Amino acid sequence: MNPISRRRLIYGGVAAAASLGGLAVADRVATRYGLIPPDGGGIYGPGETLTYACQRLLTARVPAREFPRSMISKNPFANAVAPPTEEFKRLQAGGFRDWRLVVDGTVARPMSLSLADLRSLPSQNQITEVACEEGWSYIAEWIGTPLSGVLREAGVLPHSRYVVYYPMEEGLWESIDMADAMHPHTFLTLGMNDGDLPVPFGGPLRLRLPRQLGYKSLKYLTHVTVTDDIKKFGSGKGSVDPDYGYSWYAGI
Amino acid sequence: MVRVTHWLTVVAFVALLVTGGEIVISHPRFYWGEVGNVNTRPLFVIPIPASRSTVPTSYGYVMPDQNGWSRYLHFEAAWVLLLTGLVYGIYGLWSGHFHKNLVPARSDWTWRAYRDRIAKYMRRERADRAEENTYNVLQRSAYLVVILVLFPLVIWTGLAMSPSFTSAFPATAELLGGRQSARTIHFFVSWLLVIFLVVHVAMIALSGFWSRMRAMITGQTRDSEEAQ
Repeated sequence: MNPISRRRLIYGGVAAAASLGGLAVADRVATRYGLIPPDGGGIYGPGETLTYACQRLLTARVPAREFPRSMISKNPFANAVAPPTEEFKRLQAGGFRDWRLVVDGTVARPMSLSLADLRSLPSQNQITEVACEEGWSYIAEWIGTPLSGVLREAGVLPHSRYVVYYPMEEGLWESIDMADAMHPHTFLTLGMNDGDLPVPFGGPLRLRLPRQLGYKSLKYLTHVTVTDDIKKFGSGKGSVDPDYGYSWYAGI
Repeated sequence: MVRVTHWLTVVAFVALLVTGGEIVISHPRFYWGEVGNVNTRPLFVIPIPASRSTVPTSYGYVMPDQNGWSRYLHFEAAWVLLLTGLVYGIYGLWSGHFHKNLVPARSDWTWRAYRDRIAKYMRRERADRAEENTYNVLQRSAYLVVILVLFPLVIWTGLAMSPSFTSAFPATAELLGGRQSARTIHFFVSWLLVIFLVVHVAMIALSGFWSRMRAMITGQTRDSEEAQ
Protein backbone atom coordinates (compact mmCIF):
# COMPACT_ATOMS: atom_id res chain seq x y z
CA MET A 1 0.00 0.00 0.00
CA ASN A 2 1.58 3.28 -1.03
CA PRO A 3 1.38 6.38 1.20
CA ILE A 4 -1.17 8.14 -0.96
CA SER A 5 -3.75 5.41 -0.76
CA ARG A 6 -3.15 5.05 2.99
CA ARG A 7 -3.80 8.74 3.42
CA ARG A 8 -6.90 8.43 1.29
CA LEU A 9 -8.10 5.52 3.40
CA ILE A 10 -7.70 7.55 6.59
CA TYR A 11 -9.48 10.54 5.07
CA GLY A 12 -12.24 8.25 3.83
CA GLY A 13 -12.61 6.64 7.26
CA VAL A 14 -12.78 9.99 9.03
CA ALA A 15 -15.33 11.27 6.50
CA ALA A 16 -17.48 8.13 6.89
CA ALA A 17 -17.38 8.31 10.69
CA ALA A 18 -18.21 12.02 10.62
CA SER A 19 -21.16 11.51 8.30
CA LEU A 20 -22.53 8.61 10.40
CA GLY A 21 -22.20 10.73 13.53
CA GLY A 22 -23.76 13.66 11.71
CA LEU A 23 -26.68 11.52 10.61
CA ALA A 24 -27.29 10.31 14.19
CA VAL A 25 -27.28 13.91 15.48
CA ALA A 26 -29.51 15.07 12.61
CA ASP A 27 -31.97 12.27 13.39
CA ARG A 28 -32.23 13.32 17.06
CA VAL A 29 -32.63 17.00 16.19
CA ALA A 30 -35.25 16.20 13.54
CA THR A 31 -37.27 14.05 15.94
CA ARG A 32 -37.06 16.69 18.65
CA TYR A 33 -38.31 19.51 16.41
CA GLY A 34 -40.92 17.50 14.49
CA LEU A 35 -39.09 17.51 11.16
CA ILE A 36 -39.85 13.88 10.27
CA PRO A 37 -43.08 13.31 8.31
CA PRO A 38 -45.38 10.39 9.23
CA ASP A 39 -44.27 8.61 6.03
CA GLY A 40 -40.58 9.26 6.77
CA GLY A 41 -39.68 5.55 6.83
CA GLY A 42 -38.88 3.10 4.03
CA ILE A 43 -36.80 3.61 0.91
CA TYR A 44 -38.35 6.95 0.03
CA GLY A 45 -38.15 8.15 3.66
CA PRO A 46 -34.86 10.07 3.38
CA GLY A 47 -36.12 12.14 0.43
CA GLU A 48 -39.46 12.85 2.09
CA THR A 49 -37.77 13.79 5.37
CA LEU A 50 -35.34 16.17 3.65
CA THR A 51 -38.18 17.86 1.78
CA TYR A 52 -40.45 18.17 4.80
CA ALA A 53 -37.68 19.29 7.16
CA CYS A 54 -36.49 21.98 4.72
CA GLN A 55 -40.02 23.21 4.14
CA ARG A 56 -40.70 23.39 7.87
CA LEU A 57 -37.46 25.25 8.57
CA LEU A 58 -37.83 27.66 5.64
CA THR A 59 -41.51 28.12 4.87
CA ALA A 60 -43.61 27.17 7.93
CA ARG A 61 -44.99 30.69 8.31
CA VAL A 62 -44.85 32.24 4.84
CA PRO A 63 -48.23 33.20 3.35
CA ALA A 64 -49.59 31.34 0.33
CA ARG A 65 -48.96 32.81 -3.11
CA GLU A 66 -51.94 35.03 -4.02
CA PHE A 67 -52.92 36.34 -7.44
CA PRO A 68 -54.68 39.41 -8.82
CA ARG A 69 -58.39 39.12 -9.56
CA SER A 70 -57.65 39.36 -13.30
CA MET A 71 -55.87 35.99 -13.14
CA ILE A 72 -58.91 34.01 -11.92
CA SER A 73 -59.43 31.10 -14.37
CA LYS A 74 -62.45 31.45 -16.63
CA ASN A 75 -62.90 27.68 -16.98
CA PRO A 76 -61.63 25.98 -13.85
CA PHE A 77 -61.44 22.19 -13.99
CA ALA A 78 -63.31 20.34 -11.25
CA ASN A 79 -61.56 16.96 -11.78
CA ALA A 80 -63.34 13.65 -11.33
CA VAL A 81 -65.22 12.96 -8.11
CA ALA A 82 -66.83 9.80 -6.81
CA PRO A 83 -70.59 9.55 -7.51
CA PRO A 84 -72.53 11.09 -4.62
CA THR A 85 -73.76 8.74 -1.92
CA GLU A 86 -77.45 8.45 -0.93
CA GLU A 87 -76.60 10.37 2.23
CA PHE A 88 -75.07 13.20 0.17
CA LYS A 89 -78.11 13.36 -2.13
CA ARG A 90 -80.43 13.52 0.88
CA LEU A 91 -78.43 16.42 2.41
CA GLN A 92 -78.26 18.17 -0.95
CA ALA A 93 -82.06 17.91 -1.34
CA GLY A 94 -82.37 19.67 2.02
CA GLY A 95 -80.13 22.53 0.87
CA PHE A 96 -77.32 21.17 3.08
CA ARG A 97 -79.16 22.52 6.15
CA ASP A 98 -78.29 19.29 8.00
CA TRP A 99 -74.62 19.25 6.93
CA ARG A 100 -72.40 19.07 10.00
CA LEU A 101 -68.70 19.57 10.59
CA VAL A 102 -67.64 17.67 13.70
CA VAL A 103 -64.55 18.97 15.51
CA ASP A 104 -63.15 16.62 18.16
CA GLY A 105 -60.01 14.83 19.38
CA THR A 106 -57.53 16.55 21.67
CA VAL A 107 -59.61 19.71 22.08
CA ALA A 108 -61.13 21.20 25.23
CA ARG A 109 -64.58 21.76 23.66
CA PRO A 110 -65.62 19.32 20.90
CA MET A 111 -68.09 20.91 18.50
CA SER A 112 -70.59 20.12 15.79
CA LEU A 113 -71.03 23.05 13.39
CA SER A 114 -73.67 23.64 10.73
CA LEU A 115 -72.89 25.61 7.59
CA ALA A 116 -74.84 28.52 9.11
CA ASP A 117 -72.55 28.35 12.17
CA LEU A 118 -69.52 28.49 9.87
CA ARG A 119 -71.00 31.42 7.92
CA SER A 120 -71.41 33.37 11.14
CA LEU A 121 -67.63 33.20 11.70
CA PRO A 122 -65.37 35.93 10.27
CA SER A 123 -65.40 35.52 6.49
CA GLN A 124 -62.21 35.88 4.48
CA ASN A 125 -61.22 35.37 0.87
CA GLN A 126 -58.09 34.31 -0.97
CA ILE A 127 -57.25 34.14 -4.68
CA THR A 128 -55.01 31.10 -4.88
CA GLU A 129 -54.04 28.34 -7.28
CA VAL A 130 -55.10 24.70 -7.16
CA ALA A 131 -52.15 22.68 -8.47
CA CYS A 132 -52.79 19.00 -9.12
CA GLU A 133 -50.00 16.46 -8.82
CA GLU A 134 -50.78 15.45 -12.42
CA GLY A 135 -49.52 18.85 -13.59
CA TRP A 136 -52.60 20.97 -14.35
CA SER A 137 -53.78 23.96 -12.34
CA TYR A 138 -56.30 26.81 -12.05
CA ILE A 139 -56.78 29.95 -10.00
CA ALA A 140 -60.01 30.79 -8.17
CA GLU A 141 -61.24 33.01 -5.39
CA TRP A 142 -62.08 31.00 -2.29
CA ILE A 143 -64.35 32.35 0.42
CA GLY A 144 -64.48 30.84 3.88
CA THR A 145 -63.18 31.06 7.38
CA PRO A 146 -59.70 30.06 8.56
CA LEU A 147 -59.55 26.62 10.18
CA SER A 148 -57.39 28.20 12.91
CA GLY A 149 -60.36 30.22 14.23
CA VAL A 150 -62.48 27.09 14.68
CA LEU A 151 -59.57 25.25 16.29
CA ARG A 152 -58.99 28.13 18.72
CA GLU A 153 -62.67 28.13 19.64
CA ALA A 154 -62.51 24.37 20.22
CA GLY A 155 -59.41 24.85 22.39
CA VAL A 156 -56.61 22.73 20.96
CA LEU A 157 -54.73 21.03 23.79
CA PRO A 158 -51.02 21.93 23.97
CA HIS A 159 -49.62 18.47 23.13
CA SER A 160 -51.57 18.25 19.85
CA ARG A 161 -49.42 17.66 16.77
CA TYR A 162 -51.66 16.91 13.79
CA VAL A 163 -55.12 17.66 12.48
CA VAL A 164 -56.78 14.69 10.77
CA TYR A 165 -59.71 15.44 8.45
CA TYR A 166 -62.32 13.33 6.69
CA PRO A 167 -64.66 13.82 3.74
CA MET A 168 -68.11 12.30 3.46
CA GLU A 169 -66.71 9.52 1.27
CA GLU A 170 -65.80 6.38 3.24
CA GLY A 171 -62.16 5.36 3.40
CA LEU A 172 -60.61 8.73 2.57
CA TRP A 173 -58.75 10.81 5.12
CA GLU A 174 -55.91 13.30 5.30
CA SER A 175 -53.87 15.06 7.93
CA ILE A 176 -51.69 18.14 8.29
CA ASP A 177 -49.31 19.31 10.98
CA MET A 178 -50.19 22.17 13.34
CA ALA A 179 -48.13 24.68 11.31
CA ASP A 180 -50.40 24.09 8.30
CA ALA A 181 -53.58 23.72 10.40
CA MET A 182 -53.03 27.12 12.04
CA HIS A 183 -51.83 28.79 8.83
CA PRO A 184 -54.00 31.83 7.96
CA HIS A 185 -54.63 30.54 4.41
CA THR A 186 -55.90 27.12 5.50
CA PHE A 187 -59.62 27.68 4.95
CA LEU A 188 -62.90 25.97 5.67
CA THR A 189 -64.19 26.98 2.25
CA LEU A 190 -67.88 27.71 1.66
CA GLY A 191 -67.76 29.87 -1.46
CA MET A 192 -65.92 30.13 -4.75
CA ASN A 193 -65.75 33.08 -7.17
CA ASP A 194 -68.56 35.08 -5.47
CA GLY A 195 -71.03 32.18 -5.19
CA ASP A 196 -71.60 29.13 -3.03
CA LEU A 197 -68.93 26.47 -3.49
CA PRO A 198 -70.30 24.29 -6.35
CA VAL A 199 -70.63 20.56 -5.64
CA PRO A 200 -68.07 19.49 -8.33
CA PHE A 201 -65.50 21.74 -6.61
CA GLY A 202 -66.19 20.25 -3.18
CA GLY A 203 -69.34 22.05 -2.07
CA PRO A 204 -70.80 22.61 0.39
CA LEU A 205 -67.57 22.50 2.40
CA ARG A 206 -63.96 21.98 1.34
CA LEU A 207 -60.68 22.35 3.17
CA ARG A 208 -58.38 24.63 1.15
CA LEU A 209 -54.67 24.22 1.69
CA PRO A 210 -53.13 26.37 -1.05
CA ARG A 211 -49.51 25.67 -0.14
CA GLN A 212 -49.87 21.95 -0.92
CA LEU A 213 -50.98 20.04 -4.00
CA GLY A 214 -54.69 19.66 -4.75
CA TYR A 215 -55.10 16.21 -3.27
CA LYS A 216 -54.68 17.62 0.24
CA SER A 217 -57.63 20.01 -0.28
CA LEU A 218 -60.33 17.44 0.52
CA LYS A 219 -63.82 18.00 -0.83
CA TYR A 220 -67.06 17.37 1.18
CA LEU A 221 -65.45 17.91 4.58
CA THR A 222 -67.42 16.48 7.50
CA HIS A 223 -65.01 15.78 10.34
CA VAL A 224 -61.87 17.30 11.84
CA THR A 225 -59.97 15.46 14.59
CA VAL A 226 -57.03 16.94 16.43
CA THR A 227 -54.51 14.39 17.65
CA ASP A 228 -51.19 14.00 19.42
CA ASP A 229 -50.51 10.57 17.89
CA ILE A 230 -50.81 10.14 14.13
CA LYS A 231 -49.74 6.48 14.36
CA LYS A 232 -53.20 5.60 15.66
CA PHE A 233 -54.80 6.52 12.34
CA GLY A 234 -54.95 4.07 9.44
CA SER A 235 -51.57 2.56 8.67
CA GLY A 236 -49.89 5.33 10.67
CA LYS A 237 -48.47 7.23 7.72
CA GLY A 238 -50.60 10.36 8.12
CA SER A 239 -53.19 9.77 5.40
CA VAL A 240 -54.38 7.26 2.83
CA ASP A 241 -51.97 8.81 0.28
CA PRO A 242 -48.90 6.75 1.27
CA ASP A 243 -51.07 3.60 1.04
CA TYR A 244 -51.72 4.54 -2.60
CA GLY A 245 -48.04 5.43 -3.05
CA TYR A 246 -48.41 9.22 -2.69
CA SER A 247 -46.48 11.32 -0.23
CA TRP A 248 -48.16 12.68 2.88
CA TYR A 249 -46.53 16.10 2.62
CA ALA A 250 -47.59 17.60 -0.71
CA GLY A 251 -45.96 21.03 -0.47
CA ILE A 252 -42.94 19.48 -2.22
CA MET B 1 -14.34 12.85 -6.18
CA VAL B 2 -15.17 13.86 -9.73
CA ARG B 3 -15.70 10.21 -10.66
CA VAL B 4 -17.82 9.37 -7.59
CA THR B 5 -20.09 12.39 -8.14
CA HIS B 6 -20.29 11.58 -11.87
CA TRP B 7 -21.67 8.09 -11.23
CA LEU B 8 -24.03 9.26 -8.48
CA THR B 9 -25.38 11.81 -10.96
CA VAL B 10 -25.83 9.06 -13.56
CA VAL B 11 -27.93 7.00 -11.13
CA ALA B 12 -30.00 10.00 -10.02
CA PHE B 13 -30.49 11.24 -13.57
CA VAL B 14 -31.73 7.89 -14.87
CA ALA B 15 -34.19 7.68 -11.95
CA LEU B 16 -35.37 11.24 -12.61
CA LEU B 17 -35.78 10.58 -16.30
CA VAL B 18 -37.85 7.41 -15.91
CA THR B 19 -40.05 8.79 -13.13
CA GLY B 20 -40.37 12.15 -14.86
CA GLY B 21 -41.67 10.34 -17.93
CA GLU B 22 -44.20 8.48 -15.78
CA ILE B 23 -45.41 11.75 -14.25
CA VAL B 24 -45.80 13.39 -17.67
CA ILE B 25 -47.98 10.48 -18.83
CA SER B 26 -50.62 11.46 -16.26
CA HIS B 27 -51.11 14.78 -18.09
CA PRO B 28 -49.29 14.85 -21.45
CA ARG B 29 -50.42 18.41 -22.21
CA PHE B 30 -48.23 21.49 -21.85
CA TYR B 31 -49.17 25.13 -21.33
CA TRP B 32 -47.60 28.56 -21.07
CA GLY B 33 -48.29 30.98 -18.25
CA GLU B 34 -49.43 30.42 -14.68
CA VAL B 35 -52.36 28.02 -15.15
CA GLY B 36 -53.44 25.31 -17.57
CA ASN B 37 -55.85 22.40 -17.49
CA VAL B 38 -58.06 20.35 -19.82
CA ASN B 39 -60.36 23.39 -20.24
CA THR B 40 -57.41 25.53 -21.37
CA ARG B 41 -55.87 25.62 -24.85
CA PRO B 42 -52.53 23.79 -24.60
CA LEU B 43 -49.22 24.95 -26.06
CA PHE B 44 -48.75 21.41 -27.36
CA VAL B 45 -49.87 17.88 -26.60
CA ILE B 46 -47.73 14.75 -26.68
CA PRO B 47 -49.73 12.27 -28.81
CA ILE B 48 -49.75 9.43 -26.28
CA PRO B 49 -52.54 7.95 -24.16
CA ALA B 50 -52.70 9.38 -20.63
CA SER B 51 -52.73 7.47 -17.34
CA ARG B 52 -55.78 9.44 -16.15
CA SER B 53 -59.25 9.12 -17.61
CA THR B 54 -59.95 12.85 -17.11
CA VAL B 55 -57.41 13.83 -19.79
CA PRO B 56 -58.90 13.76 -23.28
CA THR B 57 -56.64 11.97 -25.78
CA SER B 58 -57.35 10.46 -29.17
CA TYR B 59 -57.03 6.99 -27.63
CA GLY B 60 -59.82 4.95 -26.07
CA TYR B 61 -57.30 3.65 -23.60
CA VAL B 62 -56.02 4.74 -20.18
CA MET B 63 -52.46 3.76 -19.28
CA PRO B 64 -51.64 2.22 -15.90
CA ASP B 65 -51.11 4.91 -13.28
CA GLN B 66 -47.58 4.88 -11.85
CA ASN B 67 -47.51 8.37 -10.40
CA GLY B 68 -47.26 7.47 -6.72
CA TRP B 69 -43.88 5.74 -6.51
CA SER B 70 -42.67 7.83 -9.46
CA ARG B 71 -43.19 11.01 -7.49
CA TYR B 72 -41.60 9.61 -4.32
CA LEU B 73 -38.56 8.46 -6.33
CA HIS B 74 -38.42 11.63 -8.47
CA PHE B 75 -38.07 13.88 -5.42
CA GLU B 76 -35.65 11.55 -3.63
CA ALA B 77 -33.45 11.34 -6.75
CA ALA B 78 -33.69 15.13 -7.05
CA TRP B 79 -32.17 15.38 -3.57
CA VAL B 80 -29.36 12.99 -4.56
CA LEU B 81 -28.71 15.11 -7.66
CA LEU B 82 -28.77 18.39 -5.72
CA LEU B 83 -26.52 17.22 -2.88
CA THR B 84 -24.12 15.52 -5.30
CA GLY B 85 -24.04 18.70 -7.36
CA LEU B 86 -23.24 20.77 -4.28
CA VAL B 87 -20.38 18.45 -3.27
CA TYR B 88 -19.05 18.46 -6.84
CA GLY B 89 -19.38 22.23 -7.17
CA ILE B 90 -17.58 22.97 -3.92
CA TYR B 91 -14.88 20.40 -4.68
CA GLY B 92 -14.53 21.67 -8.26
CA LEU B 93 -13.92 25.22 -7.14
CA TRP B 94 -11.73 24.30 -4.18
CA SER B 95 -9.49 21.81 -6.03
CA GLY B 96 -9.19 23.86 -9.20
CA HIS B 97 -10.90 21.10 -11.21
CA PHE B 98 -13.15 23.59 -13.02
CA HIS B 99 -10.31 25.97 -13.75
CA LYS B 100 -7.84 23.27 -14.77
CA ASN B 101 -10.06 20.82 -16.65
CA LEU B 102 -13.23 22.58 -17.75
CA VAL B 103 -12.68 26.25 -18.52
CA PRO B 104 -11.22 26.33 -22.06
CA ALA B 105 -7.69 27.70 -22.31
CA ARG B 106 -7.57 31.41 -23.08
CA SER B 107 -6.11 30.68 -26.52
CA ASP B 108 -9.18 28.53 -27.30
CA TRP B 109 -11.71 31.34 -26.79
CA THR B 110 -12.12 31.75 -30.55
CA TRP B 111 -14.59 30.44 -33.10
CA ARG B 112 -11.59 29.07 -34.93
CA ALA B 113 -10.74 26.71 -32.06
CA TYR B 114 -14.27 25.30 -32.13
CA ARG B 115 -14.26 25.04 -35.93
CA ASP B 116 -10.93 23.23 -35.93
CA ARG B 117 -12.06 20.74 -33.32
CA ILE B 118 -15.34 20.07 -35.17
CA ALA B 119 -13.38 19.54 -38.38
CA LYS B 120 -11.17 17.08 -36.53
CA TYR B 121 -14.26 15.14 -35.38
CA MET B 122 -15.61 15.19 -38.94
CA ARG B 123 -12.42 13.64 -40.27
CA ARG B 124 -12.79 10.97 -37.55
CA GLU B 125 -9.24 11.73 -36.52
CA ARG B 126 -8.06 9.93 -33.39
CA ALA B 127 -7.48 12.08 -30.35
CA ASP B 128 -3.80 12.96 -30.14
CA ARG B 129 -1.70 12.07 -27.11
CA ALA B 130 -2.16 15.54 -25.59
CA GLU B 131 -5.93 15.10 -25.65
CA GLU B 132 -5.98 11.65 -24.04
CA ASN B 133 -5.59 13.05 -20.54
CA THR B 134 -7.57 16.22 -20.84
CA TYR B 135 -10.71 17.58 -22.48
CA ASN B 136 -10.73 19.44 -25.77
CA VAL B 137 -12.46 22.77 -26.23
CA LEU B 138 -15.77 21.26 -27.38
CA GLN B 139 -15.91 18.85 -24.46
CA ARG B 140 -15.06 21.60 -22.00
CA SER B 141 -17.78 23.84 -23.37
CA ALA B 142 -20.41 21.10 -23.44
CA TYR B 143 -19.64 20.00 -19.88
CA LEU B 144 -19.73 23.58 -18.62
CA VAL B 145 -23.11 24.21 -20.26
CA VAL B 146 -24.50 21.05 -18.63
CA ILE B 147 -23.03 21.89 -15.21
CA LEU B 148 -23.64 25.64 -15.13
CA VAL B 149 -26.78 26.04 -17.24
CA LEU B 150 -28.85 22.90 -17.77
CA PHE B 151 -28.71 21.30 -14.32
CA PRO B 152 -29.30 24.59 -12.45
CA LEU B 153 -32.17 25.37 -14.82
CA VAL B 154 -33.80 21.96 -14.39
CA ILE B 155 -33.57 22.32 -10.59
CA TRP B 156 -34.96 25.86 -10.70
CA THR B 157 -37.90 24.95 -12.96
CA GLY B 158 -38.59 21.93 -10.74
CA LEU B 159 -38.75 24.10 -7.62
CA ALA B 160 -40.90 26.66 -9.46
CA MET B 161 -43.62 23.98 -9.63
CA SER B 162 -43.69 23.49 -5.85
CA PRO B 163 -46.69 25.25 -4.28
CA SER B 164 -44.90 25.72 -0.96
CA PHE B 165 -41.55 26.84 -2.39
CA THR B 166 -43.20 29.38 -4.69
CA SER B 167 -45.23 30.71 -1.75
CA ALA B 168 -41.93 31.59 -0.09
CA PHE B 169 -40.21 32.70 -3.30
CA PRO B 170 -42.89 33.76 -5.83
CA ALA B 171 -40.25 35.29 -8.14
CA THR B 172 -38.89 31.81 -8.94
CA ALA B 173 -42.13 31.09 -10.83
CA GLU B 174 -42.89 34.63 -12.03
CA LEU B 175 -39.51 35.09 -13.72
CA LEU B 176 -40.21 32.01 -15.85
CA GLY B 177 -43.67 33.21 -16.87
CA GLY B 178 -45.61 31.15 -14.33
CA ARG B 179 -46.01 27.65 -12.99
CA GLN B 180 -47.08 26.06 -16.29
CA SER B 181 -44.22 27.77 -18.14
CA ALA B 182 -41.85 26.32 -15.55
CA ARG B 183 -43.29 22.85 -16.22
CA THR B 184 -42.86 23.29 -19.98
CA ILE B 185 -39.26 24.55 -19.63
CA HIS B 186 -38.53 21.68 -17.20
CA PHE B 187 -39.69 19.28 -19.91
CA PHE B 188 -37.49 20.83 -22.64
CA VAL B 189 -34.39 21.16 -20.47
CA SER B 190 -34.79 17.47 -19.60
CA TRP B 191 -34.72 16.75 -23.34
CA LEU B 192 -31.56 18.83 -23.77
CA LEU B 193 -29.96 16.77 -21.02
CA VAL B 194 -31.06 13.57 -22.76
CA ILE B 195 -29.54 14.83 -26.04
CA PHE B 196 -26.31 15.57 -24.17
CA LEU B 197 -26.40 12.07 -22.69
CA VAL B 198 -26.87 10.43 -26.10
CA VAL B 199 -24.02 12.41 -27.71
CA HIS B 200 -21.83 11.86 -24.64
CA VAL B 201 -22.31 8.07 -24.73
CA ALA B 202 -21.91 8.00 -28.54
CA MET B 203 -18.58 9.83 -28.26
CA ILE B 204 -17.41 7.41 -25.59
CA ALA B 205 -18.35 4.51 -27.85
CA LEU B 206 -16.42 6.08 -30.75
CA SER B 207 -13.32 6.78 -28.70
CA GLY B 208 -13.17 3.25 -27.26
CA PHE B 209 -15.93 2.38 -24.86
CA TRP B 210 -14.01 0.15 -22.44
CA SER B 211 -10.88 2.28 -22.17
CA ARG B 212 -13.02 5.37 -21.44
CA MET B 213 -15.16 3.44 -18.96
CA ARG B 214 -12.07 2.16 -17.22
CA ALA B 215 -10.72 5.69 -17.05
CA MET B 216 -13.92 7.03 -15.54
CA ILE B 217 -14.18 4.19 -13.01
CA THR B 218 -10.56 3.71 -11.94
CA GLY B 219 -9.06 7.04 -12.95
CA GLN B 220 -6.30 5.23 -14.92
CA THR B 221 -5.48 5.97 -18.55
CA ARG B 222 -2.90 4.35 -20.82
CA ASP B 223 -0.54 7.26 -20.21
CA SER B 224 -0.80 7.27 -16.46
CA GLU B 225 -0.09 3.52 -16.36
CA GLU B 226 2.95 3.82 -18.57
CA ALA B 227 4.24 6.60 -16.37
CA GLN B 228 4.17 4.45 -13.26
